[in-house]
Amino acid sequence: MGAYEPAQRYALAVLMHLLLIVVWHYAVTIGNIPSFVMPTPEATAKTLLVPSYRWAENSAVTAVEIFAGYFLAVVVGITLAMLFSWSRLLEMMVMPLLVTLNMIPKVALGPLIIVWFRYGIGPNTLMAFSICFFPIVLTTARGLREADPDLLDLVRTLRGSQWQIFSKIRLPGALPYIFSGMRVAAILAVAGAIVGEFLGSERGLGYLMLQVQVNLDTAAMFMAVILISLIGMALYGLVLGLERLVVPRDARIE
Amino acid sequence: MPASNSAPFVRLEGVRKSYRRRDAEFLAVSEVSFDVGFGELVSLVGPSGCGKTTILKMLAGLQPRDAGRIEIGNAEHRFDPARDIGMVFQQPLLLKWRRILANVLLPAEILGLPLRESRERARELLALTGLRGFEDKYPYELSGGMQQRASIARALVHDPKLVLMDEPFGALDAMTREKMNLELLTIWRESRKTILFVTHGIAEAVFLGTRVVVLTAGPARMAADIEIELPRPRTLELKTDARFGEYTRRIYHLLGLE
Repeated sequence: MGAYEPAQRYALAVLMHLLLIVVWHYAVTIGNIPSFVMPTPEATAKTLLVPSYRWAENSAVTAVEIFAGYFLAVVVGITLAMLFSWSRLLEMMVMPLLVTLNMIPKVALGPLIIVWFRYGIGPNTLMAFSICFFPIVLTTARGLREADPDLLDLVRTLRGSQWQIFSKIRLPGALPYIFSGMRVAAILAVAGAIVGEFLGSERGLGYLMLQVQVNLDTAAMFMAVILISLIGMALYGLVLGLERLVVPRDARIE
Repeated sequence: MPASNSAPFVRLEGVRKSYRRRDAEFLAVSEVSFDVGFGELVSLVGPSGCGKTTILKMLAGLQPRDAGRIEIGNAEHRFDPARDIGMVFQQPLLLKWRRILANVLLPAEILGLPLRESRERARELLALTGLRGFEDKYPYELSGGMQQRASIARALVHDPKLVLMDEPFGALDAMTREKMNLELLTIWRESRKTILFVTHGIAEAVFLGTRVVVLTAGPARMAADIEIELPRPRTLELKTDARFGEYTRRIYHLLGLE
């Protein structure tokens, strides 16, 4: 890494994205690519004006599924990992089960989830949850185990309570691990929600993609993908921002 | 300085400790007996893995002993096992997510000591350990030697009577180590703590100690308890002194290193 200012790096990143759009534009126009194969950026943007696509509503539905599934996974994942750190027996009982369950391709559960819960935001949230829950449990459990034994001895000589050991040593020490799991999970949550929508739903950007696919409105499909990515980026950015807030630089796991 | 005619502050008598590994018994410490007077700085020297750390852990109440007696405190200086032990390890073990001042305050927080006074004391200790101005830095912004100084300040913040140091300078480079030795002597003089200093550096043990307890390896057995009658305050020049050489030679001999 050279000695570039953060501002310079951000400016360069923005520039490269703009460049990508320009290259995309000229690749389509100069290459004379038919619009049902690849639309221009303008054509893609224009689809936003088609009212029947209900972009705002569909985006909101997908966003809710992603964020809700993700939030659920974070809460359940961290809680479970904490329980593991308090009870070794519980960990030995439940962890192998989780490992086995994690081996199931979550996508394969889609049709089952539909049978059990019908269509809608709920099942898709569940899909997002199931796909991003495991990395959070795993990294959190690992982080909570990581405390240095000498440091624990230090607290024990002071007759520190289990709660003090947990709240002052183990949990803050685990935060960098928790966030590394949360970052991976953020990306998975998006995939989970969209797969859920593909398999069965009546709203959301994944649903919309299937609808416009029938009409070969490739531009609208592009727009849907872009919006899905933006939702994913928003979630990821939120997690990164939170990490910056609570974990000092040196402690972060890149 | 150390000279106290009253009963010793720390007494170990016939202390013995073994670990069970599979079906074999492994004797770590055997028949170790020595005293430490209040305000003394006693070095515990011996080869690595000779059970020195085990002795510190037993003193800290972290491990039970199999036989023998360990008594800390006397009529003049009462000892509260929860409050009167400070510990320094080979690694600084600072909490990465806390600034230096907050790191030093950890024992005070755990003991529930009044925060305002503790904070003031922590600042004084950081000044004493040469870290004035680094209160709001994170550990990664400090060098290894500075981190270790912060961990010494942390060991003193709750004003313990006994400080146990387990090869605290073992991970530092030779020159930083010399400097830290001198600084430890200053800290000791100013804070008037009883210090038990475990090391495998023979010169370091002699340089620092009012006495040196020599332990041989596997299991730790007492080889000698030597009073170091070298002038104080000690300076690095002392290391070229003939008497200093005699002490170290004697210990080398006791450890069979000649």
